[in-house]
Amino acid sequence: MAKLTLDDLRKLRDEKKKAMSQRNAEGKRAEVIIGMGTCGIAAGAKTVFDAFLDEMQKADITDVTIKQTGCMGLCFSEPTVEVHCKDMPTVVYGNVDDQTARRIVREHLEGKSLVSDHIFDKPSTDIIKGAGK
Amino acid sequence: MAYKNYILVCAGTACESNKGKALYEALEKEIKAAGIDAEAQLVKTGCFGFCEQGPIVKILPDESFYVKVGPKDAREIVHEHLVKGRTVDRLLYKEDKREGDPRSSDISFYRKQLRIVLRNCAVINPEIIDEYIARDGYAALEKALFDMTPDSVVQEILDSGLRGRGGAGFPTGRKWMFTKNTPADQKYIVCNADEGDPGAYMDRSVLEGDPHSVLEAMAIAGYTVGATKGFIYIRAEYPLAIERLNLAMKQAREYGLLGDNILGTDFSFDIEIRLGAGAFVCGEETALLASIEGNRGMPVPRPPFPAIKGLWGKPTVINNVETYANIPVIILKGSGWFNSIGTGTSKGTKVFALTGKISNSGLIEVPMGTTLREIIYDIGGGIPNGKKFKAAQTGGPSGGCITAEFLDTPIDYETLQEIGSMMGSGGMIVMDEDDCMVDVTKFYLEFTVDESCGKCAPCRIGGRTCYNILDRISKGQGEPEDLQKLKDLGHAMRKASLCGLGQTAPNPFMSTMKYFEEEYRAHIEDKKCPAGKCKDLLSYTIDEEKCIGCTACARKCPVSCISGEVKKLHVIDQSKCIKCGQCVTACKFDAVKKG
Ligand SMILES: Cc1cc2nc3c(=O)[nH]c(=O)nc-3n(C[C@H](O)[C@H](O)[C@H](O)COP(=O)(O)O)c2cc1C
Ligand code: SF4
Ligand code: SF4
Ligand code: SF4
Ligand code: FES
Repeated sequence: MAKLTLDDLRKLRDEKKKAMSQRNAEGKRAEVIIGMGTCGIAAGAKTVFDAFLDEMQKADITDVTIKQTGCMGLCFSEPTVEVHCKDMPTVVYGNVDDQTARRIVREHLEGKSLVSDHIFDKPSTDIIKGAGK
Repeated sequence: MAYKNYILVCAGTACESNKGKALYEALEKEIKAAGIDAEAQLVKTGCFGFCEQGPIVKILPDESFYVKVGPKDAREIVHEHLVKGRTVDRLLYKEDKREGDPRSSDISFYRKQLRIVLRNCAVINPEIIDEYIARDGYAALEKALFDMTPDSVVQEILDSGLRGRGGAGFPTGRKWMFTKNTPADQKYIVCNADEGDPGAYMDRSVLEGDPHSVLEAMAIAGYTVGATKGFIYIRAEYPLAIERLNLAMKQAREYGLLGDNILGTDFSFDIEIRLGAGAFVCGEETALLASIEGNRGMPVPRPPFPAIKGLWGKPTVINNVETYANIPVIILKGSGWFNSIGTGTSKGTKVFALTGKISNSGLIEVPMGTTLREIIYDIGGGIPNGKKFKAAQTGGPSGGCITAEFLDTPIDYETLQEIGSMMGSGGMIVMDEDDCMVDVTKFYLEFTVDESCGKCAPCRIGGRTCYNILDRISKGQGEPEDLQKLKDLGHAMRKASLCGLGQTAPNPFMSTMKYFEEEYRAHIEDKKCPAGKCKDLLSYTIDEEKCIGCTACARKCPVSCISGEVKKLHVIDQSKCIKCGQCVTACKFDAVKKG
C-alpha cells in the first residue's frame, strides 16, 4: 500500500464512510422496514430490499436505515414496506415491487411526498390479530 | 451492492476467551453455507462493555442485541434472523423490568452512557484501519497538521478542560504546554498503558477495540510538542491489546500516517511498544520512564517533572490511554463542545469498570457529574438478590469508598476527593451489606504492601505496620488504640512517602474508618464482624429449639465437627469448625445460626 497524501486520505475516508453508512445507527432521519417473512420473501421482498439499497446509493442518501422484519401480518398485500420519516406520518406501503421501491426513495424519502397509490392503511393491530384467528 | 445486514461479533478479551472465536468462525461458515455472504457482513469488534453477558452479537441495522451466544447458536441466527428477518428471541438480552425486544440503544445499560472514549469500541473492526478512517479517523491529525499550529493545538486542549484519566487529573493541556515550551534536541511522547489497578480494564478495552485512536492522539501530541518518537508502555499480560496495537501501527505506517513525512508534510513520528512485567509501581510515571530506559522500575522524586525532564533526561509527555483517546474528538469537534459536557472542574466523560455486587457489571462511560445512583441503579441495574447498597470503592488501592449518603453527589475529581475517595483510573467496585469494610480494606492494603518497591521507609515499614494492625482487628485481637494508631501512621505515610503509591496507600483505611467507624469498633470491642465476613469472629451454633436431629448438617460438614444422634440435638465442635458455612445451607429447619 502506497503512502497516502492528504487528498488520498480524504478520498478514502469519503468512500469508506459511504460504505459504512448503513452500519451507523446514529444520525438517521428515517427508517424503512421491509416485511421479510416467508410470505414477503415469496412475494419478492428480496428484490425490493435490493431496489431500496440500490436506489438510495444512487441518490446518495446515507441517513436512512433499511431494516427487515418478520411477517407484518399483512400477507395479502406483501411485500409490505413501512416508512418512518421524521416530521411525516408513518406509512405502510403494500404490494411494493422494484419500481415502487425506487419511487418511495425518490418521492417519499427525497421529495417528502407520499406515494399515495401504494399506501396501505395499517388497520389497528387488534383488527389484524382478530382477522388472523 | 451494499450489505443488508451487519453482524458485529465481540472480539474483546472476555468474549474471545469464552468461545468467541469459535462463534465467529461458525457464523462465517453458516453465512457462506446459506449463500448470503454478499448480503451480510461479519464484523469483529472490540468490547461492548457487557462482558458479563458475553459473547455478544449485535445485528445491524435492527440493533438486535444477542447475549451469551455460543457457536451452536450460529445456525439459528443466520437462518432465522438473516435469511428470514425474524429475531431469535431466546438470545435477546432481556431486562427484568422491560417488555418487548429491546434495541441495544434502548437497553438501560447503554441509555445513560455517553461514549466519547469508547466511540468506536464495538462499532468498528479494530484490525482494519479503513474502518477507523471511515469514522473520521486521522481527520484530527490531518486538521492539526494542515490547519493548526502547535500553539493552537495546546490552546484547544487547554480550553477543553481535559484532565488526565490515569488518576491524578492533571490538566493535559498544561502538560503539553510545558513540554512544548522546553527547548530540546529530542522530546518524547509516552502512553501509560500499565493499568495496574486490580479489576480495571478500561485501557485494555480501548487498545483492543480502537487502537488507532491512541496512535492518532500520540502523533498529534508529537506534532504539538515537537517530538518524533513515542513509546507505549503496556503490561505483557495484555496479549490481545499488544497484537492489535502492532497491527494498527503496521497499517498506519503503510498508509504513511506514522513514520517519515506524515501525509507528505515534514512532520515525522513513530511509536514503539515496551512491555512491562506488571508491577503496580511501574504505572507511576517516573518508575515507568526508568523502566523504558532499561533501569529498574523505581520512582524518583519529582520535580523535575517528566514534562520538562523525562525519558533520557528529555522533555516527555506522558499520558494515560483514556486521556489520549479523547484527543482526536476534541480536535475535531472543538474545545467548546467538549467543555459543555461534565461539571465545572471536570469536563468530558469517564470510563468505569463496574464490578462487585451489581446486576450488570461491565465497562461504562458516563459524563462527569453523573451520580453514583444513576451508575448503580440505572446503568448497573441495582444490587442483585434484593440486598442493600453499602458502598462503592473507586480509585482502587489508592482510593476510598463512597457511601450511601453520597449516592446523589455528582461524581467528578473534586467531589470524590472531598468525600475521601478519588477518581482514580476508573475501577468501581460495588459492595453490599454482606461485605465487611475491614476485610475489604485489608485486601487493598495487602495489595499495596505487596507492590511497594521498598525504596522508602514510610511506605515499606508504615504499610506493613498498618496491614498488621488491620489483620489483628479482623481476627478479633484489635485494641482500642488501634484506630488512632492507624490514623497517625496514615498521616505520616501521606506526607513522607516518596511516590504516589505510598502516599495514597492509607486512603482505603482512612476512608473506611471515617464512614464505618462503628464497624471497626464492633471488631475491636465486641469482637464481632457485623457483616459476617471475618472468619475468626464468626461462630456457627445450632439452635436447640429448632434442631430436629435430621443429621443433614453433620453429613455435609467437610471436617466432621458436628456430632449428635439421629433425632437428637446436634452440636458443633467450635475448636474444629473451619467456618465454611455449609451446615447453614444444609439445614432445612433454619437451626444453624451464624453470628
Ligand atoms: C502507584 C501508581 C500507579 C499508577 N499506575 C498508573 C497506571 O496504571 N496507568 C496510568 O495511566 N497512570 C498510572 N499512574 C499515574 C501516573 O503516574 C501518571 O500520573 C499518569 O500516567 C499521567 O497521565 P494522565 O495525566 O493522562 O493521567 C500511577 C501512579 C501511581 C502513583
Ligand atoms: S512510596 Fe512505596 S512504592 Fe513509592 S518509592 Fe516509596 S517504597 Fe517505593
Ligand atoms: S461451618 Fe463448616 S466446618 Fe463449621 S460446622 Fe458448619 S459445616 Fe462444619
Ligand atoms: S440439619 Fe439442622 S435440623 Fe438437621 S441436625 Fe443439623 S441443625 Fe439439626
Ligand atoms: S469483551 Fe465482549 S463485551 Fe466485553
